[in-house]
Amino acid sequence: MNDSVDQFPPYREPDDHHGHHESHEHHEPGFWSKHIFSTDHKVIGIQYGFTALCFMLFGFFLMLLMRWQIAHPGHAVPILGSLLHSIVGDMAPMAKDAAGQFTGYCISAELYNSFGAMHGTIMVFLGVVPLAFAAFGNYVVPLMIGAPDMTFPRINMASYHAFFLGGVVMLVSFFIPGGAAQAGWTSYSPLATTIPTNGQAFWLIGMVLLITSSLLGAVNFIATIIQLRAPGMTWMRMPFFVWAQFVTAFILLLAFPPLEAAGILQLMDNVAHTSFFLPTGLAVGGQLADRSGGGSPLLWQHLFWFLGHPEVYVLILPAMGIVGEVIANNTRKPLWGYKSLVYSVLFVGFLSFIVWAHHMYLTGMGQRIATFFQATTMIISVPSVIILTCMFLSLWGGSIRINTPMLFALGFLPMFGIGGLTGLPLGLAAADLYLHDTYYVIAHFHYVVAPGTIFALFAGVYFWFPKITGRKMNEFWGRVHFWCSFVFMNLVFMPMFAQGIKGMLRRMSDGAVNYSAARVPNAIDALPGSIMELNTWILWAAIALGLAQIPFIVNLFHSISYGEKVTSDNPWQATTLDWQTPTPPPHGNFAHAPHVLHGPYEYSAPGHATDFTPQNEPAEAPAAAPRPQPAH
Amino acid sequence: MEIPYTIENRPDTGIYNAKLGIWLFLASEVMLFGGLFSAYVLLRVGAEPGMWPHGWLNVTLGTINTLLLALSAITTLLAWAACKVRDFGKFKFFHACTILLALTFLGIKSYEYHDKWIHYEIALANGKFADGHLVEKSADFDLAKKIGTVTIHGRFVEDRKELMDLRSPEAQSAKLEEHTIAAADIKKLENYGPKHNTFTAIYFTLTGLHALHILGGTLVIAYLWGPGSRMWRRDPERFTNRIEVSGLFWHFVDLVWIFLFPVLYLT
Repeated sequence: MNDSVDQFPPYREPDDHHGHHESHEHHEPGFWSKHIFSTDHKVIGIQYGFTALCFMLFGFFLMLLMRWQIAHPGHAVPILGSLLHSIVGDMAPMAKDAAGQFTGYCISAELYNSFGAMHGTIMVFLGVVPLAFAAFGNYVVPLMIGAPDMTFPRINMASYHAFFLGGVVMLVSFFIPGGAAQAGWTSYSPLATTIPTNGQAFWLIGMVLLITSSLLGAVNFIATIIQLRAPGMTWMRMPFFVWAQFVTAFILLLAFPPLEAAGILQLMDNVAHTSFFLPTGLAVGGQLADRSGGGSPLLWQHLFWFLGHPEVYVLILPAMGIVGEVIANNTRKPLWGYKSLVYSVLFVGFLSFIVWAHHMYLTGMGQRIATFFQATTMIISVPSVIILTCMFLSLWGGSIRINTPMLFALGFLPMFGIGGLTGLPLGLAAADLYLHDTYYVIAHFHYVVAPGTIFALFAGVYFWFPKITGRKMNEFWGRVHFWCSFVFMNLVFMPMFAQGIKGMLRRMSDGAVNYSAARVPNAIDALPGSIMELNTWILWAAIALGLAQIPFIVNLFHSISYGEKVTSDNPWQATTLDWQTPTPPPHGNFAHAPHVLHGPYEYSAPGHATDFTPQNEPAEAPAAAPRPQPAH
Repeated sequence: MEIPYTIENRPDTGIYNAKLGIWLFLASEVMLFGGLFSAYVLLRVGAEPGMWPHGWLNVTLGTINTLLLALSAITTLLAWAACKVRDFGKFKFFHACTILLALTFLGIKSYEYHDKWIHYEIALANGKFADGHLVEKSADFDLAKKIGTVTIHGRFVEDRKELMDLRSPEAQSAKLEEHTIAAADIKKLENYGPKHNTFTAIYFTLTGLHALHILGGTLVIAYLWGPGSRMWRRDPERFTNRIEVSGLFWHFVDLVWIFLFPVLYLT
């Protein structure tokens, strides 16, 4: 198979096509075509990354406001209160102290609900997925497989524009009368249809745009990985990160459309007053709703979670890919069990389509169905554990370099471990009946996504920054960022396990004050003061976590111009092709069409002069001087 | 640097980029329509006994539309084959047929939509139901103020359930006549739009989304037929690929209709 690939050089000489309409890209492009309407996968990757980081910060602030409301329900919001009032009006009503004195503006229950819905939506669909899949995937995947660009550069650009437009629609919905969507990021019907705000329609239109964006992205990624691998880049020579992105793209391609279908149906319910998800005899505000009825709320949940659960693996697989690259590079030895990693990731991708109803044990869908999904849920934990175990075993016997990317990658392992293992009780119907909809669930999936995926994303940012800019980020502030984030992440999310096990429900705009022992002293399962007090602790930990991101933000922007310059194109001495390009990679990426000779992690190969053998370098040749640099 | 395999097949995968891309896109389309069809199944099984409509749609028109699309699939194929044998004139002819067939399909579909739009079910104050096509509303008709009259071409029934199965012998033998009803006698008046019941809702959604696909496909084919066909002189091979890729999409849209027709019209 290799031979047949080798016989066909994939690149035509660019000179063949001078005068061709595509050759205009060889000229110096203007601002608009360089930064806004660029078809270069690297520019699009950076666009995605920057936009996604902004959205993540915004989603984080929504969360801070919610944590304030949970810790001090009905009290005036400090600093941001009047800004909030000027944006959302009466949804941020006046707060008064015991003496009736005006103290500022607080958060109403409706506003809290819309922040909750939008925090989830923004973090998942506008933050983590675009950063993990679209940003890193766009920038790194074509480099890693030795491709000049994505297969469909213009579709790639359209994908970013659809994403951006979707984000704008989501943001605009905060400003309309009635405010943004309030039915949670899951948008369960009939709630999503009966809440009197058009925010839900904005949410649905925004989602359709975001789904379109990820559909275009997914087609592009799969086609690129299948079609544009450099000669010699066989499937089993692909870096693990590329495999992870490949499976992620398939999940996005096949799991998102049913949500799009559901979104269209709910949009019909909201705009054309159909009853797809509205049961017969639905009463709203004590009145029989003027609807035909006959619909099924359960249908929405099935369609939503058919996406919703694979989505979890969209969040986690690219992160695992990044961690795999960083660990292999910094342990200076091959990833342990590369093949089992690849097969596990494929198996996870397949199984993720048949576990969705474990989110629905409480819907009364029946015990037999619950049993089936319980079984598949337990089975899917096996490949996930294999992946994590391979990563851990890769550390064994390595001469580990500790630097910021490696710290974040190492932090990912136990954090994702906690997140994954605490998910098992939720996958078992009997335990889930109790834990469902409590803070335990929030703690569980935030351990997976926040100190899990987001740590891996930080690792990726620190790791690939030198390739993108030619400069390293500051190591000292990187470590400050890691240790502070690590401590405060745990202080934020660990207490939620305790709150959830004690029965504190999520999505309560008053932080469960009404269920506290102070309010209802005689109830046997009232929440004790020690549990309620944790709300305040979490608030302060969350604020500290926010402050801990300042070193990162400053470091990121400062290092673009003032960071320590890298002296080689391959500062981490990595083996994969993404480091065998000029820095930063020019349009078309490679100075010479790469020819892959061996697997992705040839570290510390016996008999080789250096402890790394790039994929396109002969195994026996001693490491030569830096590769020739083209003028740029 | 040029992106490889835009025209010729990659030797080890045996496919060119755009063809792989459209197949991947169609896979996601299968999931999209699959989601909607599963919604149809769940709504239909979950409907109250006797309340799922039968025979509401015009089978003759549906059959004509099915034949139109089947024919357009053939002309699409022939257009591609004409490109393959480098016969541009034949390509122009066959794809002109495709476009005309598609537009006729959309025309018939709009007529069917309109037919549902002017079809009213009227709940009367005496508990009976009137049902039929709107002939005219009097100029001063106002349901809220209870003034004016509405004239329909249809019939009266005792129970809504009688309106559900139009294939039943009773419904087949029912006499349709013009009736004029005073606004004062009307409790509720509603056309057969999407909100009428879950059947019309899923009917309009499924066929509407399908019609949008037809429209999109027609626009693409019309572009390739018109301004886009300039590529023929410069790069006939690439142009032929475009015809093949757009043809694959068109065949998929046809195939969706092949499922829609029995599901909505015949059962």
